[in-house]
Amino acid sequence: MTSIETTPALEIRNLSASYGANTALIGIEASIPRGVVVGLVGPNGSGKSTLLKTIAGVIRPDRGSIRVAGQPIRTRATRVAFVPQREEVNWDFPVTARDVVLMGRYRAVGWLRWPGREDRRRAEEALARLGLEGMGNRHISQFSGGQQQRVFLARAMVQEPEIVLLDEPFTGIDIHNREVFHEAIQEFARAGITVLIATHDLAEVQSTTDYVMCLNRRMVAFGPTATTYTPENLRATFGGQVAVFENAS
Amino acid sequence: MNWIVEPLQYPFMQRALIEVAIIGALCGLIGSFVVLRGLAFIGDALAHAVFPGVVLSYVAGRSILIGAFIFGSLTAIGIGFLSRSRRVSEDSAIGVIFAAFFALGVVILSRQGGFRQDLGSLLFGNILGVSTADVWATLIVSLIVALITLALLKEFTLIAFDATMARAAGYPVFALDILLLLLVSATIVVSLQTVGNILILALVVTPPAAARLLTDRLSVMIVTSVGIAIGSGIVGLYISFHAATAAGATIVLTATTAFLICLVFAPNHGLLAGYLARRSGRHHAHHFHANEEVRVD
Repeated sequence: MTSIETTPALEIRNLSASYGANTALIGIEASIPRGVVVGLVGPNGSGKSTLLKTIAGVIRPDRGSIRVAGQPIRTRATRVAFVPQREEVNWDFPVTARDVVLMGRYRAVGWLRWPGREDRRRAEEALARLGLEGMGNRHISQFSGGQQQRVFLARAMVQEPEIVLLDEPFTGIDIHNREVFHEAIQEFARAGITVLIATHDLAEVQSTTDYVMCLNRRMVAFGPTATTYTPENLRATFGGQVAVFENAS
Repeated sequence: MNWIVEPLQYPFMQRALIEVAIIGALCGLIGSFVVLRGLAFIGDALAHAVFPGVVLSYVAGRSILIGAFIFGSLTAIGIGFLSRSRRVSEDSAIGVIFAAFFALGVVILSRQGGFRQDLGSLLFGNILGVSTADVWATLIVSLIVALITLALLKEFTLIAFDATMARAAGYPVFALDILLLLLVSATIVVSLQTVGNILILALVVTPPAAARLLTDRLSVMIVTSVGIAIGSGIVGLYISFHAATAAGATIVLTATTAFLICLVFAPNHGLLAGYLARRSGRHHAHHFHANEEVRVD
């Protein structure tokens, strides 16, 4: 695990949030160090997306607080990158892969200015690192599902964030793309960036995360994966819906 | 040749042509965001909600722009807040409010003499009646709206594409949403005289929808949309002059024709291209099949 500074990258205190008629989250507490990968697991409707969107600042908490690098999220330009669920992206939107990646630079570029040569270079570099070299000119609908997710990962890269939020990034993605993804996530962590992944893929959590949060509206458990990702906690999170792998250790 | 030159002899036609070109450019630009954000219904609501403002200004003998601006801005802000609190069903709430506003406008107007005739010109516009002062007012408002929109083009684009990411990156998404609604509102207000309340939405939505069929690039879409809107305005006005038809409605039908041509003949997204691609056994360019994934590394 990478170095842990005294100020947590992400600090969530007694958080409750709701999203329209959707899931209410109650009493989330977590202190997450810099440069770790956190898996969010829980059944459908357990509030994984709601939690990510609350951290992103889209949903206003009903109670409690979130601090990024010690700062409340709504009082400063937070450097949080968000990789949306596939279903939430408008794939008909008239943008190319390069356009999408450049969006990650907009905040750094600032108001009333346009991305310059350096921003373009970074975008190309990020695309190349994710195996999409020379495909920047393609419209976003002209990629496979895995490639589309990689475009959004490239966007998160050029944003130089403190935290990256990934909402169900592995849905419908083949093994090759998973590997590219996990490599990129490890790269974020090595750079001191904290990564939160909402995932259904229980088998991969064990080997690919440092911390895990088990969520079912309430927070069932949070802690280092090695000690927290236990059959007991999973059973408490999913009820009877999951075949718990007893010999996970 | 005479077909083109003859109408230009009339000062009212000169003013109308300039007016329609300015309005076309503005609607083509703002309309691109209305289409990309799926704001057509809200745009329609705005157009209806400004009606009492139009009527009150008209009754008071003032420029209809003033009343329309006040009601348009209030409605834009109201809709912004309404869509923020997710407790009410947004659609129904907007539907209830704009219909009520519109009815209020009609009721106020019905107290005046010459009701039917006035109602007609307010509902369907009176492009041939614009004064030089109207043209100047339109030009100034349009320049302001266009300048703000172009200055915030990258922010509006980002929010239209991915509002969650924009919020996460620290952008004041709500404030920018309200601003966009105000710009849409201003666009609708200055366009009222051209095509009137009922048809204004067509001028805002049809050109960008047609342009979207022709390109996958946002910048190209905006420029094309502006071009189609100006073109439809001018061509529509000429047709209405020669065929002695209602100007606003003819402009709208011209834009619709442009849309239909794009729908059928657009190189990638058109119906004909799709049909030919299927017939020749090729896949449509935009359906990527999972088992065809290209390994690139």
